Amino acid sequence: MIATRPLLEVKDLVVEYASESGPVRAVDRVSLELAPGQFLGIVGESGCGKSTLLFAIARLLSPPAEIVSGEVRFEGNDMVSLDDAELRHVRWRRYSVVMQSAMNALNPVMTVGAQLRDAIEAHEDMPVRKMRARSEEVMRLVGIDPIHLKSYPHQLSGGMRQRAMIAMALVFTPDLVIMDEPTSALDVVAQRSLMLQIKELQRKIGFAAIFVTHDMSLVSHFSDRLAVMYAGQVMEIGPTRTLFTNPKHPYSVGLLGSFPSIRGALQPLQGIPGAPPDLAHPPAGCRFHPRCPKVMPHCKTIEPPFFERDEVLIRCHLYADGA
Amino acid sequence: MAVPIIAGQDVIEALAEPRAGVLRSLVSNLASNRKALAGAALLGVFTLIAVFAPLIAPYDPHALLFDPILRPSLQHLLGTTQNGQDIFSQLVWSTRESLALAVIAGVIATTVSVLVGVTAAYLGGFWDHVLNLFTDVFLVIPTLPLMIVIAAYASNRGVAVLIAVIVVTGWSYGARQLRSQALALRNREFLEAARVRGERSLYIIAFEVLPNMTSLIVAIFLGAAVYAVLAAAVLQFIGLGDSSDLSWGTMLYWAEHNGALLAGSPQWILAPGLCIALLGGAFALINYAFDEIGNPALRPMKKKAR
Amino acid sequence: MALEREAPIVEPAAVGAQAEPIIRTVGLTRHFHVGGQFSRRTLHAVDDVNLTIGANEIVALVGESGSGKSTVARLLARVYKPTRGQILYRGRTVAAVRSRKARLDYAARVPMVFQDPYGSLSPVYRVSHGVMRALKLHRPELSAKARDQEAQRILSSVGLTPPREFLDKYPFELSGGQRQRIGFAHALACRPELILADEPVSMLDVSVRIGVLNLMAELRRKEGISFLYITHDIASARYVADRLVVMYAGQIAESGPTEDVLAHPKHPYTQLLLSAVPDPRAPVSLPAASEVAEPPRVIDPGEGCRFRFRCPYAIERCSVETPLLRQLRPAHEAACHVAK
Repeated sequence: MIATRPLLEVKDLVVEYASESGPVRAVDRVSLELAPGQFLGIVGESGCGKSTLLFAIARLLSPPAEIVSGEVRFEGNDMVSLDDAELRHVRWRRYSVVMQSAMNALNPVMTVGAQLRDAIEAHEDMPVRKMRARSEEVMRLVGIDPIHLKSYPHQLSGGMRQRAMIAMALVFTPDLVIMDEPTSALDVVAQRSLMLQIKELQRKIGFAAIFVTHDMSLVSHFSDRLAVMYAGQVMEIGPTRTLFTNPKHPYSVGLLGSFPSIRGALQPLQGIPGAPPDLAHPPAGCRFHPRCPKVMPHCKTIEPPFFERDEVLIRCHLYADGA
Repeated sequence: MAVPIIAGQDVIEALAEPRAGVLRSLVSNLASNRKALAGAALLGVFTLIAVFAPLIAPYDPHALLFDPILRPSLQHLLGTTQNGQDIFSQLVWSTRESLALAVIAGVIATTVSVLVGVTAAYLGGFWDHVLNLFTDVFLVIPTLPLMIVIAAYASNRGVAVLIAVIVVTGWSYGARQLRSQALALRNREFLEAARVRGERSLYIIAFEVLPNMTSLIVAIFLGAAVYAVLAAAVLQFIGLGDSSDLSWGTMLYWAEHNGALLAGSPQWILAPGLCIALLGGAFALINYAFDEIGNPALRPMKKKAR
Repeated sequence: MALEREAPIVEPAAVGAQAEPIIRTVGLTRHFHVGGQFSRRTLHAVDDVNLTIGANEIVALVGESGSGKSTVARLLARVYKPTRGQILYRGRTVAAVRSRKARLDYAARVPMVFQDPYGSLSPVYRVSHGVMRALKLHRPELSAKARDQEAQRILSSVGLTPPREFLDKYPFELSGGQRQRIGFAHALACRPELILADEPVSMLDVSVRIGVLNLMAELRRKEGISFLYITHDIASARYVADRLVVMYAGQIAESGPTEDVLAHPKHPYTQLLLSAVPDPRAPVSLPAASEVAEPPRVIDPGEGCRFRFRCPYAIERCSVETPLLRQLRPAHEAACHVAK
């Protein structure tokens, strides 16, 4: 599928939370690959494990969550076994993270410039002048006037704060940028603006990106590949356009059908009845079977493996070979 | 059971969400904590002793029937006092007053805390400032001197005065905490929903705000009870209580007054002292179950053994 | 040309032309004092809003955060008092309503459903509590048995069956979508004419939203209840609403029948909004011009159009004169000097 060596390889990753009622599996044997410069969108609703997956890849999990098994290979190196000192070399320079809410992730009592400096200093020894030059350069890159290096986060608008976060993430021009719902706190117009900016930056600098969101329509025009997660598992993964024009997994179909359109004919929609399962006691067999309109008897007992159709992997018995 | 699970920190919080009705959640908190159960058992023992005192105590505690300063023996488990009273019987009967003092003073102090704290939060603005000032003044005054002053000036020395002193010096700490929690609750949508529905303010405070604060109120009561046990003991020991009362504190007073240690009856001091410590400890142990409510950082985070 | 509705989910509203509308606001204004004791700055949360909601119709109030839409809802729910202007309920001023009985009556006719499914229900009581309280307060004539039956009927009508089972549950046992339905049940217990729905689906999972939106449409169709649907999501507004009112910086920018506003957006802000909405089913769109993402100025804004700083068509007049709503198409108004 991918000709060059993949930048990121995740194989059968399992992440569990320790809880009073036993371990809860938030990420269940997830595998995915990312080529250099590729934009992967991970879509899912609350409780699907997408944020946990992201934090696991970025090695940002803290107890009671922990990686129980599986592999995360970044540029050929196994990430799971690295200790903090080794991580420090890789983190931020080769991959960086953009958090969900800048207001929470940015320190409200430090100027943006000071925080950028912090980020640089934490991972490399750079002379002060060079740091300032780099800070200004990266601010301009995201479309913020460098004069705002002296501003505090509350003085910037929501959109600008998110851009500042992205600037921080790009300060070492990493190969991979991981983004956890960076636009969810913004209004629609600022969202569109930021997405275009991210795409533009990706074109310029060439980093690969993983973008986690609950809003499928947001990534539809920006991602190369898309993974749909449900209850800790990947249900469908493949090229974005194929997934959108022809969603195969009943959950993807249902999800896509939950977005009312502002253009075109007005149609009654159904959404998906029911609610995501309790991860402490997931359904047997296919996790989606209690809500699936196309459920078959063996869906309730046998967990479907991945089947391939048109370059898309689908975890659904409907697509069993020979079906 | 469909508990909403959200990735990240929220998983832990969702798993620790308040559950079920008021009473059920209190009991389940208690039951799931070993220290609290131990405390509850201890309190239960004291309660039984207090209730069945006439059956447990071998003699009339006031009766001056026996030889004075007898050593502990089978007839007199803890010996006798200077005046020939059985110490063990006194100890058993004293449980009643000491326990009652703790509970009643605790309840009244907590009630005052709730009234001041929640009213301040709910009224807001000017009245909040006034009540806060009032609370702060009482918080800052050193309790022991205040207690002594009040008790010394009180005309009669009885249990009522003791309770009053304890309440006056003990309510302010809880009021602060309750105000904070009430403020935090104030913006919750279900309160706004109640207002929009047309409920009266008094109803909202009594039936919507307070039920969501029960864990904190219980915790504050337990703290107040510990304080009451110790404060009562102190006041009675230094002679500010009614010395003809039958309580552990007055036993200490008489024991000290009669030089028990020198006279060779250390058990006269040790026994009531131990009871005071145990009763206070019982309340404190129970409080472990409710501590975690207010402070999520104290919740156990189990690490999986590798 | 207006788009045809293929399968009408909601019946076309016969906008009550004869009868007085349920709610009509005249110059509704709400200001807040900001900045501490000594400042004299005012936040113009809502300015001069003239809104009409008739019988049997769903009106969507669309805007970003800070547009004033939630404040309008709270003004209508009488949580806030208007700084200026009036709210007329069936032609009678709401502010004049003083007696407890009359206030309860209004609260019953115009209840509110809230945004946060996890915060709008008291965690210590069973689900039945809120419904029973609403019934006790607003329908005191019912006996205990009748109340119980009515509670069950209401839960069934919001799609929570078997109702007896749900009434006995605690909120933590329900999913977000179910909790929102309970919120609607609380409102229905009052036998309302108009339900103020403040972003009822924003905090729900995407797949669950449609169910709740369908519920609103169904309640309109079956029980004849009107809705004021407040949202920032214009696509969901299109899905349920007959009329669309777009707010910006505390004022109404545009208002009209949903399909007409979407097909012929007249106000530049509406145009901007529509161009920014992501639509997975639409063909890949050309990147829009980068917009200045400035939050609307609502603190001491002064005269003039508040959108002028972001508007590509602003002229001099826009800086000096606040545009008023004027009719540009049948039943379709916009507050813009430039729009035609």
